[in-house]
Amino acid sequence: MQFGIFTVGDVTTDPTTGRTPTEQERIKATVAIAKKAEEVGLDVFATGEHHNPPFIASAPTTTLAYIAAQTSRIILSTATTLITTTDPVLIAENYAKLQHLSDGRVDLMMGRGNTGPVYPWFGKDIREGIPLAIENYHLLHRLWREEVVDWEGKFRTPLQGFTSTPRPLDGVPPFVWHGSIRSPEIAEQAAYYGDGFFSNHIFWPASHTARMVSLYRRRFEHYGHGSADQAIVGLGGQVFMRRNSQDAVREFRPYFDNAPVYGHGPSLEEFMQQTPLTVGSPQQVIERTLGFREYVGDYQRQLFLMDHAGLPLKTVLEQLDLLGSEVVPVLRKELAALKPAHVPDAPDHASLVAAAGGPTDSTATGSSPSSPSENS
Amino acid sequence: MTFTLAVVTAGLSDPSSTRLLADRLTGAVTAQLRSAGHDVLVEVVELRPLAHALADNMLTGFPSGPLSETVSTVTRADALVAVTPIFSASYSGLFKSFFDVLDPSALDGKPTLIAATAGTARHSLALEHAVRPLFSYLHAVVVPTAVFAATEDFADRRFAERVERAAGELAALLAPRSAAPAPRPTVDPFEEITPFEQLLNGR
Repeated sequence: MQFGIFTVGDVTTDPTTGRTPTEQERIKATVAIAKKAEEVGLDVFATGEHHNPPFIASAPTTTLAYIAAQTSRIILSTATTLITTTDPVLIAENYAKLQHLSDGRVDLMMGRGNTGPVYPWFGKDIREGIPLAIENYHLLHRLWREEVVDWEGKFRTPLQGFTSTPRPLDGVPPFVWHGSIRSPEIAEQAAYYGDGFFSNHIFWPASHTARMVSLYRRRFEHYGHGSADQAIVGLGGQVFMRRNSQDAVREFRPYFDNAPVYGHGPSLEEFMQQTPLTVGSPQQVIERTLGFREYVGDYQRQLFLMDHAGLPLKTVLEQLDLLGSEVVPVLRKELAALKPAHVPDAPDHASLVAAAGGPTDSTATGSSPSSPSENS
Repeated sequence: MTFTLAVVTAGLSDPSSTRLLADRLTGAVTAQLRSAGHDVLVEVVELRPLAHALADNMLTGFPSGPLSETVSTVTRADALVAVTPIFSASYSGLFKSFFDVLDPSALDGKPTLIAATAGTARHSLALEHAVRPLFSYLHAVVVPTAVFAATEDFADRRFAERVERAAGELAALLAPRSAAPAPRPTVDPFEEITPFEQLLNGR
């Protein structure tokens, strides 16, 4: 089981002080948070991608490469990579490069993006969101697996004899998750390829997450990748902790009440009841999180949202200390004891290389279009 | 055959004239269907107690608890009676909020009777230029007679006739179904999966 954090990279005014961080402060804070995540023993750091204010989450591979250079163990991922508006050729190149630089500590989560105006800035239309996600990912999947690609689709210039470089490290593409809050087509897509499925989980009721994951598991089995309970599932989660639960509620309430997305709506107590949000003691977070597997089954990755809504860096780092020292060790132990042996862990670079029968030097020289290093 | 009739009313006071109109229409529709040998199950939805949940839904994107059940009740019903007070020349914001959070296909083909109340008869055409287009957009099948009630109408014999005519139109839309009862197609996107080969569409 992997534990980690994901960030959307929002630049939000701290409602308790009225202060808004500068872009540079928020960018540097993101790096500090990622390094802290490794330091406290987490497995994954994932960043979102946005191309509009008030976010600093554009250019995700720049951020991740910078973090990769200052860490040694943590997996760098995305939440999410915009497969709709980003050219799949650039995704193939950027993340393969990141794979080489980080020695394989990379995976990705595909997402569509729900901000209508962003699409036309990249020459796309949000009403084509699902077809874009399907066509673009299909091309990306080929670019990482076939050295020379001839391709023609609806949304991008055709490719003839194209080789995406660098080739994936050791001949093994990064593992891919597909994230969606509500579209069954994306669960179907993840199942078709045998990729992972990540449910955002934090904005909607558990009953909805259960249906999405159940669909993905059923179809994963249908496409012959294993039994339904062997499908690769990730969940989001959202917590705020203090040793004393009343202190946690008191401190987090102004951030909740003014948060982007759900602020000014339901009360903190209502939202805690309706969604997986937990504000309380580390023990309460442990108990709530242990309950997730009851409706999604044994799963492989748990990411927490810790740094949004204007929380100051100092507070976020304190949260990570609590998460790493008091929560995750207990969750690791309890969940490992509950997981049946035939349920796999989330694939990482080492396990994918082993599954491929060892590393392959896939260096593309341009002289041998039918190189034996191709694998499908 | 048993029909489920959802009655959505956006009155604010208690008792409200909007609820009174909704009850008159419900009674008339029920009586006409029963006289034709059918059973009717009436599900009345008062929007006032759901006002906070509706605002929350707009902000969070999902319906909580009782609102979720109400959305499901209205979506599954065989027919709909929708009654709003007229505010500022149109349906009330509370009424519109409910139809804003429904799935856009929730009312597809649903036999619907629209009605409204207001302080004076000068508001009566709001039914035709505001409420009917809303339900046309949502692909409901709205009966030709929309029922408007200003305060004085509740004592008018011709008002009672309009109620009967509208109820008859709604019953007539429902009744032919009893000859060849076809269950309402309920498309569940988690059961009716589009196979991925079809989504790929030859790519």
